[in-house]
Amino acid sequence: MVVDQFSDAELDRLFQAFADTTRRDIMRRVAVGEYSVTGLAALYAMSFAAVQKHVAVLERASLVTKEKRGREQIVRGNHEGLEKARRLLDEYEAIWRQRVARMADILAEE
Amino acid sequence: MTVISSTKNPEALSFILVAEFDADVKRVWQIWEDPRQLERWWGPPTWPATFSQYEFTPGGEASYYMTGPEGEKAGGWWRITDIQAPNRLEFDDGFADDNGAPVEAMGTAHATVTLEDIGGRTRMTVQSVFESEEQMNKMMEMGMEDGMKEAAGQIDALLAEHSRA
Repeated sequence: MVVDQFSDAELDRLFQAFADTTRRDIMRRVAVGEYSVTGLAALYAMSFAAVQKHVAVLERASLVTKEKRGREQIVRGNHEGLEKARRLLDEYEAIWRQRVARMADILAEE
Repeated sequence: MTVISSTKNPEALSFILVAEFDADVKRVWQIWEDPRQLERWWGPPTWPATFSQYEFTPGGEASYYMTGPEGEKAGGWWRITDIQAPNRLEFDDGFADDNGAPVEAMGTAHATVTLEDIGGRTRMTVQSVFESEEQMNKMMEMGMEDGMKEAAGQIDALLAEHSRA
């Protein structure tokens, strides 16, 4: 099972990482392309150091990877972490599809 | 097919579902507005929902529980943040303890429901935005169908692991 691969500490880091708007926004961006930390810092009304800290939280949660390229640090999305979120959304979709089917049944009674 | 599309955005922890019904907007609004109709579809057949409180007004609060096959109960609450009858409903959705009190630590999901007239029929769009993955897990556990037992087992294991932390 997927969850068996995560320890308590890993889960804590994952949940903490997702609980912040800026970090979710960074995730959206790096999931589709790579960004330097400098490039990310230019997008938010906060200091370079603050953005660097957000990236570090995401990195500890295994949601992104960071790699040195010359003077830059390049941030990329780590798809394993995202895959878990996607699986949960699949289950949520199934619940809503069943709700819609029951709604249609009620509406069809008249 | 009643469901037209669903869009999942794992990066943003959000979900959008679009469905169409052979009924006018006022009729579809009723199945959200009337708690007796709402409880016929909100919980899965094996976990029917009972709304003990339902203040269908902006700022209003709703309280419900779902009853499982072995009599177990899972509680929830809504806080309605916007109503523009019969086209728009927004609410926060969270978990409640055995006494119906919100479990704030589990966070909330925010849902936006819009109903549009499409020539006498109705298009319903439901958008849910989750606060965290942990909270999505809990929501899955509460909405679980029989056919999703394997997934439920995974989530139970996940929550059990997490509570030991």
